Amino acid sequence: MDKFTSMKKFHQAKWNEPIIYELSEAGQRATLLPSACCDCIDTAEALSTLPKNMIRKGSANLPEIAQLQLVRHYNHLAQENLGVDSNIDIGQGTCTMKYNPKVNDRLAGSPKVADMHPLQPDETAQGILEVFYKTGELFKEIAGLDVFSMQPGSGSHGVLALASIVRAYWRDKGEEEKRDEIITTLFSHPADAAVPIVKGYKVTIIQPDADGYPDIEAFKAALSDRTAAIFFTNPEDTGIFNVRIKEFTKLAHEKGVVCCYDQANANGLLGITRTVEADFDMSFFNLHKTFGAPHGCGGPGSGLVAAKKEFRPYMPTPLVEYSPEKGYYLDFDMPKSCGKIKSFWGVAPVVVKSYAWIMALGAEGLKEVSRVAILNNNYAMKKILAIRGASMSFPNHPSRIEQVRYSWEQLKADTGFGTSDVQRCIPDYGTHYWSSHEPFVIPEPFTIEPSESYSKSDIDAYCAVLKDISRLCYEDPEHVKHAPYNSTVQHIDHDYFDDPGKYAITWRVYTKKYKGYFEPR
Amino acid sequence: MRLPGAYTPKNIKVTSNPDKRRIGFLVNPVAGMGGKVALKGTDGEDTLRRALELGAEPQAEARAERALDEFRDEAKDAVFLTAGGQMGADLLEKNGLTYEVVLEVGKKTTFADTQEAVKRMLDAGAQSIVFAGGDGTARNVCEVAGDKIPVVGIPAGVKIHSGVYANRPAEAGMLVKEMLQGKVRRYREAEVMDIDEEAFRGGIVSAKLYGYMRVPDNRRFMQDRKSGSSRKDAYETDAIAAWVTENMQAGALYLIGSGSTTKAVMDRMELRSTLLGVDAVSDKKLLARDMNEQEILALMEKYPQSKRNLIITVIGGQGHIFGRGNQQLSPKVLMLIPKENITIIAAPSKMTELFGKSLISDTGDSALDKKFIGYMPVVTGFGRKIMARVA
Repeated sequence: MDKFTSMKKFHQAKWNEPIIYELSEAGQRATLLPSACCDCIDTAEALSTLPKNMIRKGSANLPEIAQLQLVRHYNHLAQENLGVDSNIDIGQGTCTMKYNPKVNDRLAGSPKVADMHPLQPDETAQGILEVFYKTGELFKEIAGLDVFSMQPGSGSHGVLALASIVRAYWRDKGEEEKRDEIITTLFSHPADAAVPIVKGYKVTIIQPDADGYPDIEAFKAALSDRTAAIFFTNPEDTGIFNVRIKEFTKLAHEKGVVCCYDQANANGLLGITRTVEADFDMSFFNLHKTFGAPHGCGGPGSGLVAAKKEFRPYMPTPLVEYSPEKGYYLDFDMPKSCGKIKSFWGVAPVVVKSYAWIMALGAEGLKEVSRVAILNNNYAMKKILAIRGASMSFPNHPSRIEQVRYSWEQLKADTGFGTSDVQRCIPDYGTHYWSSHEPFVIPEPFTIEPSESYSKSDIDAYCAVLKDISRLCYEDPEHVKHAPYNSTVQHIDHDYFDDPGKYAITWRVYTKKYKGYFEPR
Repeated sequence: MRLPGAYTPKNIKVTSNPDKRRIGFLVNPVAGMGGKVALKGTDGEDTLRRALELGAEPQAEARAERALDEFRDEAKDAVFLTAGGQMGADLLEKNGLTYEVVLEVGKKTTFADTQEAVKRMLDAGAQSIVFAGGDGTARNVCEVAGDKIPVVGIPAGVKIHSGVYANRPAEAGMLVKEMLQGKVRRYREAEVMDIDEEAFRGGIVSAKLYGYMRVPDNRRFMQDRKSGSSRKDAYETDAIAAWVTENMQAGALYLIGSGSTTKAVMDRMELRSTLLGVDAVSDKKLLARDMNEQEILALMEKYPQSKRNLIITVIGGQGHIFGRGNQQLSPKVLMLIPKENITIIAAPSKMTELFGKSLISDTGDSALDKKFIGYMPVVTGFGRKIMARVA
């Protein structure tokens, strides 16, 4: 049976699994802890050291459940899930879904990493500090920059770090008040337009021209002596690499503007081009997604900030350094630093996984990752553009790097079915398809990013699924109207997610808003 | 199937639980007839006669039927409130739908029939109105219904500048279907625009904003997903208003143009504003409302050039910043305000709709338009701007 045929026979598991609080039975326990030994201080005495207002009056409302029931609960939930380890996850464009080697989970989970405490003296933490330091050294090659911080906990957090460094830089130069604007592009990651606002910046967005490049004339009109920095993603979320990027950095530098490169979409660039070649002053990379740790939605993330050495004084404190006398150490002596971006030093397990991933591949291996990712993408593009009703955004610009933003505009015009209908159909094949396309300017969009992990037959099968759905839209509209059939959730009422009066992300809030099953109070 | 009983407003009981399935349905039979014979509209009896002489054929009914194709199955248990004959009843009869005739009309119909029919639909408990026509029709519906109940416009006219119309008849039909299925949860305000046909036939485009009506917010659920909250538009307009008001300079004059986005700025300052007029504010106090050109010029004289500010919005779908809906802001007025003191504000969704298009400055003075050509920032959020090309 070929892959596509087997996918058509998929059926999702459904357990009608209650929320764990609904499974709670008074008195049940998963683990019985031994009582305190004689030379421990007693609870009351320990609590007395805390301020009164911090002492809980009742006990915490935790579910009470025994181990077997607990294991069953989580297994049910796991079976109702779909993720990178269980499907051909190329429909989640921009997220660089790839295989994250299991062996690296072992390393990250080993007591040598997991049992470390961030407040240990440096001399007892030489191993983990060495991993941080050497990961930075690797990025000297990958980015061509000089100094590194792995403090941010995600990509957007990386943007926050860059915006913080920019602010510290202009404060030092005495232009903090004047330089209050940041320029980004419409197809940069939406965080580039959102996060600097948190640091008090105004943000100006440049729209693309007909070829899909940021409109350089608009950029010129936006640049001024009030511009503090530019935040550009490249390649953008359309998969288009801005080959004119140096023209933008040149114009910016002429006005003294700091150039910040969002390298979250670096999977097609490794060993091919670097931040320094585009003449950016600093950048951030996602150690998750590109560098072998699960995408931020599937595990903790880690943003690596890299900068030219002129910006070292403004980096987040502390930096990991090395000297023959002290060994590896945390350098807190940074009076001009932007301060801390995050408590403690960074997400150590992700740094360990990335270090292991990069070291296992080596320089040639990294380049091969990008070459295969680009090849896979262009192979998929050829197949998808042959599907009836599908087209690509910015057709004037046919070459793409590691992903493509496509459009079902023609399918919609012909059949009335658009990308949301395709999304409803696709769970029937045991795979999925991403629907978040900020900014929503490409009609009926979808974004496909077949990273280096996927085989030719994986890509063939996924494209066959899209082709089959297109066929159904044209030939069997009744079928499409009622899809999905093999999944357990039919049409989701998004109002529950979007309406502040309705959504509930904790049990406490749920019980405040609802009695019974989604029965409003 | 026509339900018995003539229109008798006295018999209508307004209940606290209105029947959502009572729907006004109106076809302007002459809409669109001028287009094919190049008459740029069919407003006015003489034009209509001329159109008929030139061999124009009615097409509004066909377009309305194209929309009806989409929602016919869903409308089996709905009751349509309509006008007689070619203004709706014929088409509903032909399609086997249930209806009440609120107004009998003769062979020749006029705008007065449209207005009377809409009035009687409201009296008869219509919970929404579906109408086929052009900008003139939308104006007539708006004059009576305003934003009391939601409407869906089936485009059938020559001129379609009004945002109350769907892009195509079939899309209008799908919207009605979603309303009937109870899938429409939210509505947005859409512009009712019309140009002066007499002037248009003479080669002068002079459009005016006549008001706003409520239309189903047809952005797909998915689009809402990407944008977070379903109350996003209202939230974003508030954020824009907050940004604009927080950045107002003391002692300066602010002229606030027409539109619902600019109205939010006035609401933020708790000032009573006009939706369609130009109001003036200084130090967050209202100086004047709904001013004409002369009043604006007189007021501006009291302020030095650098203290004169203007806040305007973009006309949705068309992208006009000047020349549509704000004629009071004449070339004379605009000449006296520095370009950098003009703040354009628009919800991100409006700019998304205009993606790939330029904003249009059509002040009526081409030398003045040149002042705006190039790039201008449009405020789309709190501290957030987008550079827009102006042509």
